[in-house]
Amino acid sequence: MSLRIFEGSGVGASTCGRGGPGARLGVTRRSFLRASVGAAGGMAAFAAAISPLRELTSEHIPSLEQFLQKHYKEMTPDEMEAALDRIREKVEHRYKVRPNIRDIKPMDGVEFIYALNLSRCIGCRRCVHACVAENNQSRDPEIQYIRVLEMPRGTTDINQGNHHYDRATVPDENHFYMPIQCHQCANPPCVKVCPVEATWQEPDGITVIDYDWCIGCRYCEAACPYWARRFNFQQPKLARPDEIAADPNIEASRLNPEMSYLSNRPRRQGVMEKCHFCLHRTRQGRMPACLEICPVGARKFGNVLDPNSDVSNILKTKRVFVLKAELGTLPRFFYYFDERDPTAQDLPAMEHGGVAPKAPEESR
Amino acid sequence: MREYLRFLVRCFRLSFVGDWRYYTWMLVLTCIALLGLNAYCKQLVSGLATTGMTDQVSWGLYIANFTYLVGMAAAAVMLVIPAYVYRNEDLHEVVIFGELLAVAVIIMCLLFVTVDLGSPERFIHLFLRFNFPLSMLTWDVIVLNGYLLINLHITGYLIYSAYRKREPNKRLFLVPFVLVAIVWAISIHTVTAFLYSGLGGRPFWNHAIIAPRFIASAFAAGPAFIVLTLQVIGRFTTHHVPVNALRLLRQVIIVAMTINVFLLISEMFTEFYTGADHLLSTHYLYFGLGEHRALVPWIWSAVGINTTALVLLYLPQRNRGLWLLNTACVMLIVGIWIEKGMGLIVPAFIPTPLGEVVEYLPTLNEVLVGLGIWAFGLLLYTIMVRITVPVLKGDLTVDTLHPTEVARMATA
Repeated sequence: MSLRIFEGSGVGASTCGRGGPGARLGVTRRSFLRASVGAAGGMAAFAAAISPLRELTSEHIPSLEQFLQKHYKEMTPDEMEAALDRIREKVEHRYKVRPNIRDIKPMDGVEFIYALNLSRCIGCRRCVHACVAENNQSRDPEIQYIRVLEMPRGTTDINQGNHHYDRATVPDENHFYMPIQCHQCANPPCVKVCPVEATWQEPDGITVIDYDWCIGCRYCEAACPYWARRFNFQQPKLARPDEIAADPNIEASRLNPEMSYLSNRPRRQGVMEKCHFCLHRTRQGRMPACLEICPVGARKFGNVLDPNSDVSNILKTKRVFVLKAELGTLPRFFYYFDERDPTAQDLPAMEHGGVAPKAPEESR
Repeated sequence: MREYLRFLVRCFRLSFVGDWRYYTWMLVLTCIALLGLNAYCKQLVSGLATTGMTDQVSWGLYIANFTYLVGMAAAAVMLVIPAYVYRNEDLHEVVIFGELLAVAVIIMCLLFVTVDLGSPERFIHLFLRFNFPLSMLTWDVIVLNGYLLINLHITGYLIYSAYRKREPNKRLFLVPFVLVAIVWAISIHTVTAFLYSGLGGRPFWNHAIIAPRFIASAFAAGPAFIVLTLQVIGRFTTHHVPVNALRLLRQVIIVAMTINVFLLISEMFTEFYTGADHLLSTHYLYFGLGEHRALVPWIWSAVGINTTALVLLYLPQRNRGLWLLNTACVMLIVGIWIEKGMGLIVPAFIPTPLGEVVEYLPTLNEVLVGLGIWAFGLLLYTIMVRITVPVLKGDLTVDTLHPTEVARMATA
């Protein structure tokens, strides 16, 4: 029987009958040798190709319990406690510090919002660094949740902002300053796009991430109109190598041991993170770190459902605005300038000069 | 069942048989694929910091290639529609090679998405909490894997029927799947386009023309690739490739590419005449922003290449053989790769939603991973064609012998 596969293929020539131990099995010594050398060479090349995997550490490879850990919303209290225990052990192993980590739940009847007074902000960027320290963000490379823009007076167009201003003293009299962080949207595009529900909006309005569930596709980062999400492109470290060389304990001294599962516990390579309104503080009645550090009181934070809160008063008395309102994301982060809304003052009522024309169907 | 396993084993062994050109081609592809694997292992250890991606430009070469290849998978359906809907006999002979290409290309797509993941070992989370129907990415997971399965079924069924010397049951096992595959092929483009056009925070993507342009450019680049592939198959195997099939594909490419250019002009007009903020990303792509102009030479090359290719296609070419068509096809494959790959993905991130301009340049490691996936895809496709040709020809069936078995007979 003849086979014509690739005209002139040399199959027949290489397999002329030669006696030998393998002959009964239909394998000649030469073809057997050739196949073995080929297979061995292939295996060796494959092994060489995957050799970088030898450098994988326990930071990369999850334990079986970690691998099987359920989604945040599906964990029973016992399973959550076990997950917290694993985090405690890991943090203690790495930093020699025992963290106080809990899963802090939202409070009933609370919806947090932020208000930022653009007339007061001086662009000192202390909020940026307080946030990094509070939330155990990577210092190498440094991950920051807050970006402060130096804006020319006369516009609120963020495309005209300078991200990298570097002055000996601030503020500069020709500019105003606009800090931007996660706006904790009521209609968050980032939550909608996540394929595995690793990010969601909590009842108190904070959009959180389960760092143990995120697969690192960065679709949320592409979806966010406020550039509020950050990805761990490499293993986060709390100090640069030169800082560690100068002080081996620097990472431990920088670690903030007050943690919660959905906020500032250490993250790993290949997952997303973002501002969470310091929920480990704010859900216990404290203020976010960025607010506490602010030297000029430009930042206001609180419960919008409480009519007497600072932020409720600001919404009532100031002319506030949100960024990119046209996108319908409904941010919970409001900006305002420090002048009073004239309609909120006790001005005498004045007769107005006429009404707008009625819509055609109304007048019919 | 036993017969099927034997079929698979024989196919596997057949993939190791060929002449020196076959061995050289396969060896080169294997080496590149292994280099890519090596680069990916480095990425697994050190993280995506081994790529040029940043928080500012968070998708790059991988997603660009993914997007382009989803379009390439359309090649299959552009052969299927004339063959099955319009009963074109010439195309019936080659339609299976389009479907095999779809299989190989979808596997490449899935690989490109996988290498882009920061925590790929957690892919299992997709099965546990699937954000369907809200996330367009879950739609993409469904349509891509579905398209892979449909094409695996069609090609596998045809090949195995030929192997068993059985007449395929077309009405039950073939035509319904082929018709589904046609609709499905459109869906993989549409869904992938929606993945981008649904993001309000990215004005460069956030308009309705993205999906139609996807389909138009896909129906140009896919058949262009098939035109070249069919000629390679015709030259290096004994399979007959009718020239009329190539002529028909040329018509498809001309129509699709003309529509693509028209849509591009509509898009450019709207953007530049309006001159709104939307413009910044488009402006970056075509003219650069200040000293940032990394994509400018690329996109103008693509514009030039695509326009020239279209002109070449329109030239009357009855007596000039196929070289004009082939040149145009090569140009289209390259031009659309630039335009729909990096040209579509990267500018959406520049400037960032906060107006910061950070450019993107892929690293060597990233390029190697990409090349590795391309080589692996070509390797897969070569093996599939290698097996399909003799089986369909009736040279390898259930009662004929395998080349290695011929050797066994010779020694006995």
